[in-house]
Amino acid sequence: MSEDGLTTIGQEFKGERGDLIPILQRAQDLYGYLRPDAIRMISRWLKISENEIFGVATFFAQFRFHPPGQHHIKICLGTACHVKGGEQILTIATHRLGVGAGETTADGKYDLDRVACLGCCALAPVVAFDDKIYSQMSVLKIQRILDGQKID
Amino acid sequence: MDKKSIERRRQQAVAKWEELQKSPIPFIYIGAGSCGLAAGAADTQSAVEEYLRRKGLNARIVQVGCIGPCYLEPLMDVQMPGQPRISYSNVTAKDVAYILNGFFENGEITKSRLAGHFGDGDLDGIPRFFDLPMLKPQVRIVLRNCGLIDPEDVDHYLARDGYKGFEKSLSMTWREVLDTVKRSGIRGRGGAGFPTWRKWATCRETESDQRYLICNADEGDPGAFMNRSLIEGDPHAVLEGMLIAAYTIGASQGYVYIRAEYPLAIKRLKKAIAQMREMGLLGQNILGSDFSFDIKIKQGAGAFVCGEETALIASIEGKRGMPRTRPPFPAIAGLKGQPTIINNVETLGTLPNILRNGAEWYAGYGTDTSKGTKTFSLVGKVRRTGLIEVPLGITLREVIYDIGGGTQKPFKAVQSGGPSGGCLSEEFLDLPIDYEHLAEVGAIMGSGGLIVVDSDTCIVDMAKYFMGFTQKESCGKCVPCRVGTRHMVEILEKVCDGKADLSDLDKLEKLGHTVKNGSLCGLGATAPNPALSSLKYFRSEFISHVKDKRCPAVTCKNLVVYRVIAGKCTGCQRCVKVCPTGAITGPRSEPHNLDQSKCIKCRSCYEICRFDAIAGDAIIIES
Repeated sequence: MSEDGLTTIGQEFKGERGDLIPILQRAQDLYGYLRPDAIRMISRWLKISENEIFGVATFFAQFRFHPPGQHHIKICLGTACHVKGGEQILTIATHRLGVGAGETTADGKYDLDRVACLGCCALAPVVAFDDKIYSQMSVLKIQRILDGQKID
Repeated sequence: MDKKSIERRRQQAVAKWEELQKSPIPFIYIGAGSCGLAAGAADTQSAVEEYLRRKGLNARIVQVGCIGPCYLEPLMDVQMPGQPRISYSNVTAKDVAYILNGFFENGEITKSRLAGHFGDGDLDGIPRFFDLPMLKPQVRIVLRNCGLIDPEDVDHYLARDGYKGFEKSLSMTWREVLDTVKRSGIRGRGGAGFPTWRKWATCRETESDQRYLICNADEGDPGAFMNRSLIEGDPHAVLEGMLIAAYTIGASQGYVYIRAEYPLAIKRLKKAIAQMREMGLLGQNILGSDFSFDIKIKQGAGAFVCGEETALIASIEGKRGMPRTRPPFPAIAGLKGQPTIINNVETLGTLPNILRNGAEWYAGYGTDTSKGTKTFSLVGKVRRTGLIEVPLGITLREVIYDIGGGTQKPFKAVQSGGPSGGCLSEEFLDLPIDYEHLAEVGAIMGSGGLIVVDSDTCIVDMAKYFMGFTQKESCGKCVPCRVGTRHMVEILEKVCDGKADLSDLDKLEKLGHTVKNGSLCGLGATAPNPALSSLKYFRSEFISHVKDKRCPAVTCKNLVVYRVIAGKCTGCQRCVKVCPTGAITGPRSEPHNLDQSKCIKCRSCYEICRFDAIAGDAIIIES
């Protein structure tokens, strides 16, 4: 692993206990997930046991412990999205990709996640495909996105 | 920078703002909040840039935050020299050329997609933007700049009296500022509604050489986005509020604890903090006074419970975000054991207005016990969705019907306060929105999420949704919350599957009260509210699921079937193509078959059938 990346992160922080979560966030930005060897290094540096770091990291929804897929599909299931049919959009995505929420397809191409709220509730239901947010989705539009077609 | 130089800077900013109002070159404003971007504002902007390049025109494009009526996004405003700003709605990339041609080619105001203008008085019979039905009943105090100024240009904020409230507080003693906030009557806008001044007084009166101020922007309530919009649209208002609060409580270090899911808001905050630092509004001896203060951003890593004060503090300290017992309250012993004040984004964003215009002015809005205005995210099945700000005491009916335009199908319920709130039926529509009235009927004000649902939404399913949410977000510390919420979800699942009996409803109610009483923090103490309130006001809908095994809203999957009506099906095969499981089969021009064993009830066939004028209605869902 490139220790350089983590070393650069090291220079941004003083190494205090309160820096743990920001450091984990930066490490995840760097590798796409929290690699066990990265956690080991952070543990030695901050003098917090790996066990405890896992305890903190698994508490928060943001942290991942497996390599991410190439594309990240997030189906929003905030309240507004839920009442406007977000659940059915997730059903289709689950079925088409053959994985459940929180999993990655076998070919490593797609991550599928359900998220609590993307904050675009007035345009519900919404789906994020990588950084692009699609609003006013429908069961038909998600099928078109999964078919690789432009929907607008 | 001292007081004189900020005044000079403000005068320059005012001049720049006025220049902009009568600019010789046209201005084009794009609503580029997260919601605008989700609706395609980035493509709209590219189309505008392309248009200007192609025609060789000189005009400036300004990205502004969300002005509120999200259902009109993407919004594009055009301001020609000597004319007021004119707003166009639902402007996608392909509409741009047509709208701009009107102005640039024909020298007239394009009439299509017109929303309203921002000038005073009449303009060619075009309505004023703020006279639109969604905006007219609103009182915009905290949102006064959102959508109007460039949030990344501090001069825009300065020109509109920015940082005057803070300067005013610097000229007063902390006691005087505290007294002003007390007289204004403002209460915590995060949901609980605790009087802001009282919390502050406790903190200030606790002996310490280090106090902290935390801005709580961990807007975790699903279905609410007020804080995001405010930070995206007017970040300096929140930061100015932090200066006022910090000065009053005597804090020297501040944090903004913001969700990592809000990248644009974080970007705008970072930029605004850098601008403050450059102007000497952060750091040592601000504006030549003996007040010193700095602000750091902490990104929340995704845990709803971190909206709770002690959990939030634990997470800033690098620990699992689990609440602890109170007392001691954070105002006495919070972050690193020091007195700490945690205020919501909206509370802070309101402060500059109170300081600038006076406590009595602010207290003039609202009711006796709930003063001022409150922002709400009005979403769900209402016609006009978006972000609104209304004086407290307004009725639910005014918000849902006058502002929101009502629902397309018959109104069923409104959920206020998100997963901690309650679900209110039609009989409560004339209830005034204030802290007391909402609490009395088993709902709460909450942070401002208002989700309206119609006859197509199953109340049991919604209660199951909320319970599922709080069950996942329970930190696990208290047994009644950790285990109780899980059992409540299981009972609600049984009801939705048609497998429950009447005794289950009693169990649900009993369990709800146990969870409420046996949990340490607000999450557990309020988690059963959605289930309990819907059980109270919509019992008949629960009974239908239990006794008749029917879902009246035709939502609960295990109680509905999809059928093809042979007499209506033309055999167009469109449903065959979209069915992801191959459950629908049949040759062209003959009624199709739907294999129930393969159907995952994803609704695709139903949707596509309704798009088709010929075969429409051939597929039905029934309970």
